Amino acid sequence: MSDAPIELRDVRGPSALGGGWRRALDLLYLISITEFKRTYFGTVLGYLWSLARPLMLFGVLLVVFTQVFRVGSQVPHYPVLLLFNVVLFGFFQEATATAVTSIVNQEAVVRKTQFPRLVIPLAVVLTSLFNLGLNLVVVFVFILAFGVGPMWTWLLFPVLLALLITITVAVSMIVASLYPRFRDMAIIWTVLSTVLFYGTPVLYPITVVPETLRHIIALNPLAPLFELARKWVIDPNAPGPAAAAGGAVWLIFPALIFVAVCVLAVWVFSREAPRIAEEL
Amino acid sequence: MSSAPVVIEVRGVEKTFRVARHRVDSFKERALHPLAHGDYRELHALRGIDFDVHKGEFFGIVGRNGSGKSTLLKIMSSIYRADGGRIRMAGRLAPFIELGVGFNPELTSRENIVLNGVMMGLGRREAQRRTDAVLDFAELRDFVDLRLKNYSSGMMVRLAFAVMVEADADIMLVDEVLAVGDASFAQKCMDVFREKRRTGRTVVLVTHDMTAVQSFCDRAMLIHDGERRYIGDPEETALRYYRLNFAGDSANGSGPGVLDVNVRIVDAGLRNAAGEAVENVEQGEPIGIEVVFEARHDLEDPVFGFHFLNADGETVFGFNENLKLRPGEPNRLAAGQRARISGTVENRLLPGRYVVNSWISRNRTQGDLALHVVRLLDFVVYGTRPGPGSVSMNADVAAEIETGVRLP
Repeated sequence: MSDAPIELRDVRGPSALGGGWRRALDLLYLISITEFKRTYFGTVLGYLWSLARPLMLFGVLLVVFTQVFRVGSQVPHYPVLLLFNVVLFGFFQEATATAVTSIVNQEAVVRKTQFPRLVIPLAVVLTSLFNLGLNLVVVFVFILAFGVGPMWTWLLFPVLLALLITITVAVSMIVASLYPRFRDMAIIWTVLSTVLFYGTPVLYPITVVPETLRHIIALNPLAPLFELARKWVIDPNAPGPAAAAGGAVWLIFPALIFVAVCVLAVWVFSREAPRIAEEL
Repeated sequence: MSSAPVVIEVRGVEKTFRVARHRVDSFKERALHPLAHGDYRELHALRGIDFDVHKGEFFGIVGRNGSGKSTLLKIMSSIYRADGGRIRMAGRLAPFIELGVGFNPELTSRENIVLNGVMMGLGRREAQRRTDAVLDFAELRDFVDLRLKNYSSGMMVRLAFAVMVEADADIMLVDEVLAVGDASFAQKCMDVFREKRRTGRTVVLVTHDMTAVQSFCDRAMLIHDGERRYIGDPEETALRYYRLNFAGDSANGSGPGVLDVNVRIVDAGLRNAAGEAVENVEQGEPIGIEVVFEARHDLEDPVFGFHFLNADGETVFGFNENLKLRPGEPNRLAAGQRARISGTVENRLLPGRYVVNSWISRNRTQGDLALHVVRLLDFVVYGTRPGPGSVSMNADVAAEIETGVRLP
């Protein structure tokens, strides 16, 4: 029984990735894949339901913006642009909204097991990402059906997607880790994400926005992503983010905000993670 | 045992909770009461705990509610962060704060096994590989593709326990897992832990079931008010625990004027008609019991109570006994004196597993317990005449065809 002396390792307590990378990745994968399976195979119309939501929103918006406000009629390929934007923004909105209460919803796991805290909001984003992947397939079918030919810039789209995922993860980390302590985070985030929805060129092209407002919208780190997505995927003649913001210099601000949000996310999360179990 | 290497080393661990008098959990509260920050009471859950656990040991941590024992376990499990001190461990650790945490009722048992296995520190492939072993252990192979929400609570507990066993961690931190399930399940848990210990695994058990401490632990530690009061012999730990418990609420158990009424079990067993010690009883045969208690301190007007429980934990029957006294003898058991409770009990029990719980109260008041023993005896009634419920009663009843009353 008396083996050679065993190496003792420090127990450092709970943290964002407590228990090691490998375990965190396994858990992340398992949780998001099961959650995904549950939504898709749990009900007969599983996938159709999750596609129905963006499609219905898209339908309503299409009628409003082509028949009522007529913004869309001057924009090339407006219907597909709208669908594309709604699906992309839907991913951000769905992931962050679910993330807010995610840690509290997993209370038992957080308080009673050694669970890497970061996995919880990440799993939420990953589940939404699976969703987005399926929705994008449908969107690209529409894009081709509407006569937008394949372009080489489509190959750049994953870069945009990566940036969108990054900011979604960052925001999810912030809201998820603050919610246990500040329960009004849920309401605040509902309002904020609605503001972001209108403050991002989702429904309208940036070109219809008056010059003065454009500078404000240009501060939104999501805006350049959507402008680039439009230019690269749907309409190569659309103005790029630099043109939309009124010069490349203006792009420094959203870039700075983007980085700041990411830094804030890491800081807030690693600060809150060790104490989350006690706050619940 | 002390020659075995140390696998858990705890040094000066401290933990303080801030309990807000006025809970500040919204921005509005923060904004309206910016100075409310200091309005909390400090709760010192742990005030510098030191101990070592060696490889292959079965170590008990006992204490009353609020003593800090569960906090300590949660810190060791990396659920809470310690405010001070240092903990070092060797090997893979699995905490069992509660059985079945993280089970998703919407998933099948197979998916849940993998998920839970990974939570307990197995790799994904490793967890998948052990799925069959888990199902076999839980005896749930036929239900593998059933969603967990359709499981009975008994099946759920079996599955959770099986995952825990197959996770096969080097160090198991267990918090009253045995409190769930019936007596035979608790017995099975303990058997498994003992088996694990034989293979060099280390078990740390947090409990306030002193019977478990006395019968399973190699060493035990008593925590009170966040401090270590005793470490070492489990018997002594249990004794000190009882002393704390029955000393009323006075903070210090060793103070003067505190009545200590502890009792020790010297012997407890079953006898057959020939007076031989037996493990189990045949249906219909009288149950001979023989129990010897030793008073550690004077016990006035003691009452010895016995409850017979079935496997579902329901009390089937019970009886109380007072000391049989010679005329003029005071009704007390002096320190060091022993009381022998022996005799036969009529056996109407149907075949099945039964447990005898016992308590000793003093001053004839039920609430004033000297000792409460869960599972004093644990036995099986075997026989070939099963029936509904737990007991068979003589019924002088006949069923006959009624004559003369016949409707056309």
